[in-house]
Amino acid sequence: MEQKKSNISRLSNPTAHAVSVAGFIALMFLVIGSVYYATVAVEYQWRWFKIPQYFMYQPSITLYVEADGEIASLNPNKDKVEIVIQGEEGEKKFLVPAGSFHWDEGDSVSPGDIIAQYKGEWKPGLLAIGLWVTLKISFISTIFGILLGIIGGVARVSDTPILKWTAITYVEVIRGSPLLVQIMIFYFVLGTTMNKILMMNGIPKINPEWYGIMALSIFTGAYVVEIVRAGIEAIHPGQVEAARSAGMSYFQCMFHIILPQALKTILPPLAGQFINLIKDSSLLGMISIRELTKATREGITTSLQTFELWILCAILYLLMTFTLSMFVQYLERRTAQK
Amino acid sequence: MIEINNIYKTYYVPHEVRALVDVSNSIKAGEVVVVIGPSGSGKSTFLRCLNRLETADHGQILVDGVDIFDPKTDINKVRAEMGMVFQSFNLFPHQTILGNVCLAQKLVRKRGKKEREEKAMMILEKVGIAEKALAHPSNLSGGQQQRVAIARALAMDPKIMLFDEPTSALDPEMIGEVLDVMKALAKEGMTMVCVTHEMGFAREVGDRVIFMDEGRIVEEGTPEHFFTAPTHARTKLFLKQIL
Repeated sequence: MEQKKSNISRLSNPTAHAVSVAGFIALMFLVIGSVYYATVAVEYQWRWFKIPQYFMYQPSITLYVEADGEIASLNPNKDKVEIVIQGEEGEKKFLVPAGSFHWDEGDSVSPGDIIAQYKGEWKPGLLAIGLWVTLKISFISTIFGILLGIIGGVARVSDTPILKWTAITYVEVIRGSPLLVQIMIFYFVLGTTMNKILMMNGIPKINPEWYGIMALSIFTGAYVVEIVRAGIEAIHPGQVEAARSAGMSYFQCMFHIILPQALKTILPPLAGQFINLIKDSSLLGMISIRELTKATREGITTSLQTFELWILCAILYLLMTFTLSMFVQYLERRTAQK
Repeated sequence: MIEINNIYKTYYVPHEVRALVDVSNSIKAGEVVVVIGPSGSGKSTFLRCLNRLETADHGQILVDGVDIFDPKTDINKVRAEMGMVFQSFNLFPHQTILGNVCLAQKLVRKRGKKEREEKAMMILEKVGIAEKALAHPSNLSGGQQQRVAIARALAMDPKIMLFDEPTSALDPEMIGEVLDVMKALAKEGMTMVCVTHEMGFAREVGDRVIFMDEGRIVEEGTPEHFFTAPTHARTKLFLKQIL
């Protein structure tokens, strides 16, 4: 698709254009520079080198001897070694990497001695886990949000009172209160009740994540209903007449004629809604779901790297939302070509 | 084939308009009926009542003996037997030409892929547009789109065809190609009800002409009678204005 630009406000002079671009770059440097200077002024210690461990880290593992004994044998096993310690209460075996200890067979050991010291397997760090939880919750909520929105949107434009009024009530009730309050209600009111009922019937209780997902999808769904409705109403009535006059039923017409066309117009506002959803998921930390924001807060309480971690947290959200908006732009271009 | 008994229709939006006032008529199988009249005379409403795109306030319409305003009637079944062609074509823009012609066959007639595509190609051939089968409607001229719309209706093997000003939105040089298709259809003995401003078409292929004004049927008769010896003053005035 060829993009048409209006000529009204374009800078026609190439020099003026270049100056303007340079101005933009200068402005960016100015903003970042002043923030940096301000942090220097308050003597903040930047420790970016400590950040990677929040994504991936190798835990340091130290094994201690618990009771007096003797190294009975050292059995090599591939690149590891099995240390067998013979004590008064029997044998103990430790599988450790070769080179992580200094014992020979027959050495005697006493409590407090270090058996071996080595780096464990790579593990995902705090932020990586938080990122993953945020992605997972956003993805599942998006799917449910779309489903709810399409069902609600179709109900919203129908003439049947039970469908139409249910959809209107749903939209008005959900849009009329803050998401944070809804999350609290879902977890503390609905969640407590549900878990009690489940427990009384001997069923394990539901993970808080699922209450969070419920709150987010129902909240987003309400907005998607209105988006879908607008998309449906934008379709020319002649399309419905053409379909119905050929003998198609209301639902055949809806799913084969109207929704496929409406999808094209609703894609951009829908993308905006799901970008909001990713950001709104940060509220789920309030009900002890360890998503990205909550993980960041936890990281700060232990490391005190306030500036780095919050900035990083914002960048990670930006990456997620930016990727989504790029993806939707791609979809838009693809549907436009058809 | 279609019995229309005393139908009334009034619109209240934006203000009260009596679109149909005590309209009765009878359309026989194989007949080509041309409905003409000034704009706002109720001719489109009349046509749209025949397949219940509009519901009459009073009165009865029987299509093949079925009362279409009866809530117990499965209107989709009735509509499947009546093809309709619109002024603004109303092709489905998200489907190819072939898809347009096949969709209702698939959903309503439950025809298999091979059967419906063969049928579609046969009819597209007939309206002279088979080579565009895989194009999208936006790549076709108005005349071509309207011929596809006719093909889409014909693919359902309707017993009756309704035309709602099929040439009014077309550039003058494209009117001929659409009228040719309609004429061929009339020669094959299709029952047709056409709302149109094409007097030449009315005179040439119409079996009967109905002239409407202010929601009433003012005059009806053979084209010969209608165009040469109209009886009502309103008809005479109308003909004087347009011819």
